[in-house]
Amino acid sequence: MLINEFLLLGAVLFCIGVYGVIARKNAVMVLMSIELILNSVNINLLAFSQLHHNLDGNVFALYIIAVAAAEVGVGLAMVLLIYRNRKSISLDELSEMKG
Amino acid sequence: MLAAAASTDINVAENIGFGIIAALMIVAAINVVRSSNVVHAALSLVAVMAGAAAQYLLLAAEFVAVTQVLVYIGAVMILFLFGVMLTRARVGRETDLNNKSWALGIPVALLMLGSMVYVLLKAFGTDHLDPVAQVSTAELSDSIFKPFLLPFWALSFVLLAAVIGAIVLARKD
Amino acid sequence: MLSAEAAGWFLEHAWLIPLIPGVAFAVIILFGHYEVNGKRVLPWSGAEVGIASMTAALVLAVGTTYQWIHHVRGVAEAEPVTKSWTWWQSGGLRFGLGEHIDGLAVMLLLLVTFISTLVQIYSLEYVRGDRRYTHFFASLTLFSAGMLTMVLAENMVQLILGWEIMGLCSFLLIGHWWEEEANSRAALKAFLTVRVGDVGLMVGTAIMFGASGTFTISGLQAWANNPSTGHTVLLWAAIALFVGAIGKSGQFPLHTWLPDAMAGPTPVSSLLHSSTMVVAGVFLVARLYPVFHAGLLINVAGQHFNLIAVIGGITVLIAAGLAFVQNDIKKVLAYSTVSQLGYMMMGLGVGAWVPAVFHIFTHAFFKCCLFLCAGSVAHTGSHHSFDMKKDMGGLAKKMPVTFITWILASAALCGVPLFSGFFSKDEIIDSAGHLHYPVFMIVGLIGAFMTTAYMTRATYLTFFGEPRGAAAHFVHGDHAHDDQHADAHDTHDAHAVEPVHGRPLGFAKTDSAALLTVPLLILGFLAVVAGYINAAPFKIHLFESWIHSSIGVDIPEGPTFEWVKALPSIALVVAGFLVSLALCKQVFGTAASRLKGLTQRNPVLGAGHRFLVNKYYLDDLYEKVIVHGIAHPIAAAAYWTNQHVLDGIVNAVGIGGRKTSNWIYKNVDQRLVDGAVNGSGSVARGTGHALQPVQSGKVSLYGALLFASAAVGALVLVLVNS
Repeated sequence: MLINEFLLLGAVLFCIGVYGVIARKNAVMVLMSIELILNSVNINLLAFSQLHHNLDGNVFALYIIAVAAAEVGVGLAMVLLIYRNRKSISLDELSEMKG
Repeated sequence: MLAAAASTDINVAENIGFGIIAALMIVAAINVVRSSNVVHAALSLVAVMAGAAAQYLLLAAEFVAVTQVLVYIGAVMILFLFGVMLTRARVGRETDLNNKSWALGIPVALLMLGSMVYVLLKAFGTDHLDPVAQVSTAELSDSIFKPFLLPFWALSFVLLAAVIGAIVLARKD
Repeated sequence: MLSAEAAGWFLEHAWLIPLIPGVAFAVIILFGHYEVNGKRVLPWSGAEVGIASMTAALVLAVGTTYQWIHHVRGVAEAEPVTKSWTWWQSGGLRFGLGEHIDGLAVMLLLLVTFISTLVQIYSLEYVRGDRRYTHFFASLTLFSAGMLTMVLAENMVQLILGWEIMGLCSFLLIGHWWEEEANSRAALKAFLTVRVGDVGLMVGTAIMFGASGTFTISGLQAWANNPSTGHTVLLWAAIALFVGAIGKSGQFPLHTWLPDAMAGPTPVSSLLHSSTMVVAGVFLVARLYPVFHAGLLINVAGQHFNLIAVIGGITVLIAAGLAFVQNDIKKVLAYSTVSQLGYMMMGLGVGAWVPAVFHIFTHAFFKCCLFLCAGSVAHTGSHHSFDMKKDMGGLAKKMPVTFITWILASAALCGVPLFSGFFSKDEIIDSAGHLHYPVFMIVGLIGAFMTTAYMTRATYLTFFGEPRGAAAHFVHGDHAHDDQHADAHDTHDAHAVEPVHGRPLGFAKTDSAALLTVPLLILGFLAVVAGYINAAPFKIHLFESWIHSSIGVDIPEGPTFEWVKALPSIALVVAGFLVSLALCKQVFGTAASRLKGLTQRNPVLGAGHRFLVNKYYLDDLYEKVIVHGIAHPIAAAAYWTNQHVLDGIVNAVGIGGRKTSNWIYKNVDQRLVDGAVNGSGSVARGTGHALQPVQSGKVSLYGALLFASAAVGALVLVLVNS
């Protein structure tokens, strides 16, 4: 197999995730897009791990899964908090950072 | 499974398997970001995750694949569905899931894709993956608990902090 | 290393000693207030767990001591008993936990467990009814556990672990009554000042590890003793480690935290100042003595000064001077501790290792006793005031047990012959002369004079003279009641708001409760006799034979004791006593009748009194010239230096930092950065608000910009490099 097959798949998933982050308004949807990005990174890590016959990529993939779980937990907690305070999780209403 | 096939040539079966799964994953991923139904999007994400787990198997990373299924499909997706329910998203179609400027995402994503494809083709051209050796879980755990012990500890603190943080953020008081 | 059979069970299992209080801490914290069916699981809110754990540790420590003495009998250079388990491993580095039991460790194990047990028993009464009673005992227990961990540390990492546990607990305990702002500030000051020193400890450990590749104590001692080890690295390691010791042991110039630490409850001060915390710095130097010995060229011919001795000597004099001008009885004792720690450091600095370590041993008993006496006085006699001038005086009769133990401990502290302090302190002074450090011998003698003088003053103010303030209330109030009731103690109005008191001892009904006085009696007894295990005048060198093997380096033979050589220090002790007494009478004594009564009661005082009456012009000299002309300004100047210069430096660093950041804020941030930002803003406005939509506050737009610029940046990099 060509390594590029996996790497290109990762790249495509990554870009779809990026598009989701930019295009989506619903905060939960943005979190889902971020999960897409993390998964594409994992595919890359494992592909390189296989290419170099090195276990480090596997280890890091596992760590990323764990960190992603933590990130989703905190992220969703924040979304719930925002929803309680505003009755909406639409990100374009959160424009306190407007300059 | 497929990875066990020992051949220096391009293994047709592997390639076909990879192609089918990859196509499914891309379609599902696009559905995640285009669907106007939150629950559908979440279910599509499950498909992407499952596909990714299959790809991990192709890459001979069994343990990671199993973990992917357990953690992502088992736990993270449930969290997402709870998040969807608790924020009272309608189960049916929803019209305002996208930003007004959603179209901006397309050129940005294409720009990134273009640069990445260019770089990847240039750098790895036709590099072959050697006939893969199975990654034994024992070796993997040795690797985690010996050279990567410190990051492992750090990670456990991150998880602890996340648990506490999530409780503090989400509780009502 | 020795096998289990050879060394004995207690020596092999000494690691249990810190473990027991450590576990007890968790039990107290978790179950101190735990209730089942409305009934406390621990009826004393955790205090009994603390005392039980300390007692168990004490029993183990006694066993360890016994076996160690057995172990070293007839052996010239006894090997330490070491044990080590892997704590964790990272990148090929192994960090161990274990024990390194030798004479030094055994001595401190015994000392710490003994003092901690007594202090906890004392605290039962002293902090009874406190609102954080459980937390107090929990912190106290953890504090002892930290010290014990450090004492038997097998390697530097474990030593630092115990060291920092103590730092944390000292913060908790000093700030025990944190509702008063001064207390929480004192706790912060103690914590942060010690942290400054801790940096030195870390750096020193890192230097030693970098040079030797090991953390273990025995490994480091061997490394320092190896002639091929470079002197420069040893020098820097010794200096860095000594900075840590200065911070922890309150040596000049980092001693300012110690007197402030008196904000904590008295049992804490007592524990802190006798056997734990402040001794940690001295222990560090004693433990890694080969590093200091080689690094600072101690005992090398022609070398009359070295860092440790100089710092120790300065501390002896400065702290003793400061002790004169304190009105707070605990602060007198605090400065006295600083001064005595200076003696220990000085002893180590001149190569008198055994006397210095022996001074740790004797000092622990009498200083703990003095602090507990002060606590007893405040608890019963002066209504929780520690001000000697306002609220004390004339308490000797009313509080006989406290008074007698105070006198015994003071005598030991001053180095009165045949009391324990004499055998250790005089050895240090004698060794300084013997080992060619004449300057430090003189410093030690002056220090002995000053010690006696300020202790006489404190004793006079507390126990003699006219009762003042709360003490007068106590003394006279009791008289009034005594006419009507046989035992009026509990109805005494100074205690009307107090929680129920424990019963005092039968023969001293007006003294503090038995829980306070019994530990005092034990400690007072030990303050007298503890010195006899290494009494040079009687050719007793037991202590030295037990502990000699832990020095880890060859040091010159100590001097042989001769009474003639001890004469100057004895003379100075007597002189200090007389001079101070004379001054006290002139300055603090009022009615002549009281003075007469005093002189009749005490022949030594009487002799001093006659001396004063006969040479009255000397009184004028003392009063007008020395007190107002020399001594007072010197003491005041020392105090002023302490308060203004040293604190000033600390403050100046803070103020300097603030000024610098203000300047940066004004000039760099406000003018440059803001200018640039504003400039760009006006540029944007000028060009038709071209960039304004970018600052939309919309996260998705920011995301798009971020990713797009990342992609463009990556492309540029690729194209440039290809």
